[in-house]
Amino acid sequence: MLRQAQPERIDERFAVQAIDLVKDFGETRAVDGVSLEVPTGSIYGLLGPNGAGKTTTLRMLLGIIDPSDGTRLVLGRNRPLDAAPEIGYLPEERGLYPAMHAREAIAFMGALRGLPLPEGRRRADALLAEHGLADWAKKPIRTLSKGMAQTIQLLGTIIHKPRLIVLDEPFSGLDAINQARLEELIRREARAGATIIFSTHVIAHAERLCERVAIIAKGKVAFDGGVDEARARLRPVVRLHTRASDGPWRSAIPSNARKEGGEWVFELPPGGPEPLLKALIDGGAGIETLAIERPGLHEAFVSIAGDATAAEMGREKPE
Amino acid sequence: MMRFIRSALVIARRDFSATVLSKAFIFFLLAPLFPLLMGGVFGGIGARVATQTERPVVAVIATQADMNRLAAARDRMAQAIGDEALVRIVGFPPEPDLAAQQKHLLASRQPPVRAVLSGGLSHPHLTGALGGDPATIAQLKLLIANARSTELALPPDVEVTNVPLSSGSMIRDRAVTAQIGEMLLFFLTILLSGMLLSQLIEEKSNKIIEVIAAAVPIDAMFVGKLFAMLAASVLGIIVWISAGAVIIQFMKHGGVATLPPPAVGWSGFLILSIVYFAMNYLLLGSVFLTIGAQASTVREVQTLSMPVTFAQVLIFGFAAAAIGNPDSTEGLAAAIFPLSSPMAMLARAAERPESRRDPVADDLGRADPSNRRPAVSQDRAEIGPTGALVAVRSSLGDRFPRHLRELCHQRAMREWTMADSRHAGIGPDFLVRSTGEGNHVQR
Repeated sequence: MLRQAQPERIDERFAVQAIDLVKDFGETRAVDGVSLEVPTGSIYGLLGPNGAGKTTTLRMLLGIIDPSDGTRLVLGRNRPLDAAPEIGYLPEERGLYPAMHAREAIAFMGALRGLPLPEGRRRADALLAEHGLADWAKKPIRTLSKGMAQTIQLLGTIIHKPRLIVLDEPFSGLDAINQARLEELIRREARAGATIIFSTHVIAHAERLCERVAIIAKGKVAFDGGVDEARARLRPVVRLHTRASDGPWRSAIPSNARKEGGEWVFELPPGGPEPLLKALIDGGAGIETLAIERPGLHEAFVSIAGDATAAEMGREKPE
Repeated sequence: MMRFIRSALVIARRDFSATVLSKAFIFFLLAPLFPLLMGGVFGGIGARVATQTERPVVAVIATQADMNRLAAARDRMAQAIGDEALVRIVGFPPEPDLAAQQKHLLASRQPPVRAVLSGGLSHPHLTGALGGDPATIAQLKLLIANARSTELALPPDVEVTNVPLSSGSMIRDRAVTAQIGEMLLFFLTILLSGMLLSQLIEEKSNKIIEVIAAAVPIDAMFVGKLFAMLAASVLGIIVWISAGAVIIQFMKHGGVATLPPPAVGWSGFLILSIVYFAMNYLLLGSVFLTIGAQASTVREVQTLSMPVTFAQVLIFGFAAAAIGNPDSTEGLAAAIFPLSSPMAMLARAAERPESRRDPVADDLGRADPSNRRPAVSQDRAEIGPTGALVAVRSSLGDRFPRHLRELCHQRAMREWTMADSRHAGIGPDFLVRSTGEGNHVQR
C-alpha cells in the first residue's frame, strides 16, 4: 500500500529524501524499506552488486515506477514527474533513436524536459564542440561508436542544466579515457551546483567521486553516510617486512596478524604506530619496509555488506 | 495540462518527422500501387484460367428448326444480359434411342454437359444435375418461351435518350463508392495501427522509452505517438487522393468531373473520409497501443494483437453488411456501435445524404421541368408500354430493404422483356429430372 503522506520534515538541505521505499514485483521484493537522504549539491553514490535494487530505487525516485510502499520527495515535490524539467537521467541501458542526428538527439532530450528546441540545438552545438564531437553533429546516431553514443546521451542528460542529475551505471562500457572525461564532467556539474546521484557496482569510481554513499545489498540499505565515515569504521592496516625472522619484537605483532608474501599484515593496534615502532626497534626486528594503509572503500564495503556481497561485486576495478 | 500537451507535441513532432522524413515513407506512399498490381496480376491469371476452362453446356436434342429458334432466342437474350451470364446450349439431332443418347451426352466431356433438353419446344424435358441451380432452369424456360413466340422475335423499337445519370446508376455507383471507402478505411487503419505498434515495440527494445517515461507523463507519450501517426497518414491520404485525381484527370475522358459523386458530393465525402478515418484510427490505435504497452517482445505483440485483428475483421464485416441498406436495423446498429461507426458512417455519407440536399438528386429532379419534383428513387420508376419513364410506384416504398426490392425489380425487368406479352409472367413448364452429379461436377 503506497503511503501518500509527506515525510515528517521537508528539509531543503536534501535534494532527494526517500523513506522506507518498498517495491514488490509479484512475490519478489526488489527493494525492502530503503531510506535515503541526498544532500543538495553533493555527489552521491549508490553502491551494490547487480540485482541489489539500485536501478529499481532510482526508477522509483524518478517516478518511472511507483513504489509499493513508502514515500519519496524529489526537489521538494511529492510527484517526481513534477520536477522532471529540473532532473536529468541517464538510464543504465542507453537508448537513442538510431536514425536521429546527434545534435537533434541532444535537443530532443532537452525538449522532453521543457527546453525549447531552438535553444536545445544551440546548446547541443556548443556541447558537441566542447567534447570534440562537432563533426558528428549531423551524423545519425547509428554511425557513431558506442562511446560516442554514450557521450551524446550524457550531453542530452545535462542539456537543460538540471538541478538533479541521476546516472545509472554511467561508467559501464566506457574506455579509460572516456571514464576520466565523465568523472570530470560529473565534478564540473557538481561544482556548478547540481546534485549528482549515480549508481555503480565499481567501488573505485565511488571512492574517487562521492562525498556520500549508500551501500545497498539485497534491497536494503546497509550503510548511508560519508565515504570517510565508512572508511573510518575500519582500523588502518599495517604491512611490515622485517630482516629478522624471529625475536623479542614478535610480541608487538597482534596475534591475528597474517603473513602475505613475506609481509606481516595486521590492523594497527589501538595504541597507535609509536608504541609499535618502539617495540619493533627495541626488539631488533630490522625493519625493511613498514606501511600504514588507510582502508579503502572496498574494505569498508566488505566490512559493511559482508564477504558474500563483496564477492558478488567481484572486486571489480574500473575498466 | 499545458505541460501534458507540450510533452505530447514533443513526442508527436519527433515521431512525425521520423516517419515522414524516412525512406520507408516513400514505400508507404507507394502502398496503393501494390494491391492494384496484385489485383492486375491475379485478375489476369483468373481471366486466363476462366477462358481456358471449358464451360459446361446444356445439350439440346431437337430438330434443326427448333434449335435455330432456340439459338436465335439465346442471341437476343445475350444482348440483354450478356453472353457470359447466359446458359450455353449445343444442339444434337434426335437419335432413335433417346435414353441412350441422353446417357451418352451426360457422360460427354467434349464439351462437358450439365443437362440434356429433349422433347423440342412443344414438350420440353430437362435431364441433368441441376438441383442446386434454379437460375439455369429459369433461363431455359425464358429461352423456350422466347423461341416459341414469333412476335417477340422482333423486339419493339424503344427510343433511347442518354442522360449522364439516373437514379439506378446513381444508387449502384454510390454503393460501390461506399464499399471501396469502407475497405480503404479498414485496411489503412489496420496497416497504420500495426505500424504504430511496431514503433512502440522498437522504442521499448531500444530502451528509449525509459528516457521518455522519466521525463514526460506516459499518457502524453501515447497521445503524441497516436497523433503523430495520424498526421503522417493524413498526409499520405492527401498525397494519394491528389495523385489519384491527377491520374484520373489525365487518363479518363472528362477527368474527375465525370466520376459518379457520392451522396454528399466529392468534397464533403473526402473531408468526411479523413474525419472518419481519424476516428477509426484513434479508436483502433488506442487498442493497439494498449497491447504494445503490455507486450515486451514482437512475439508477444503478435499473440496479443491477433484476436484484436480478427475482431476488427468481424466489425468490418458488420459495417459492410449495412452497405446498400443504411437505414436497416443492422445499418443503424453499425452506425451507433463505436468501433464500426466510422466505417458505417462513411458508407452512409456515400449513399444517403442526411443533412443536406443531394446534388445529384437535385439534378435528376430538375430534369423533369413539368413538376420539379425531387428525384425518383430507383424502385419507384417503371417503364411503360411505350418505353417511356412514366410511372412512380410507391407501394414498395420504404417498407422492404432495398437490396430485396432490387432483386424483385431486376427479375421483373428481365422477365418482362423476354416473356410473351400474351402470357405475361408465365413461362413454359417442363419436367425437370435430376440425374445426380454431372460430369462437370466430377471435373
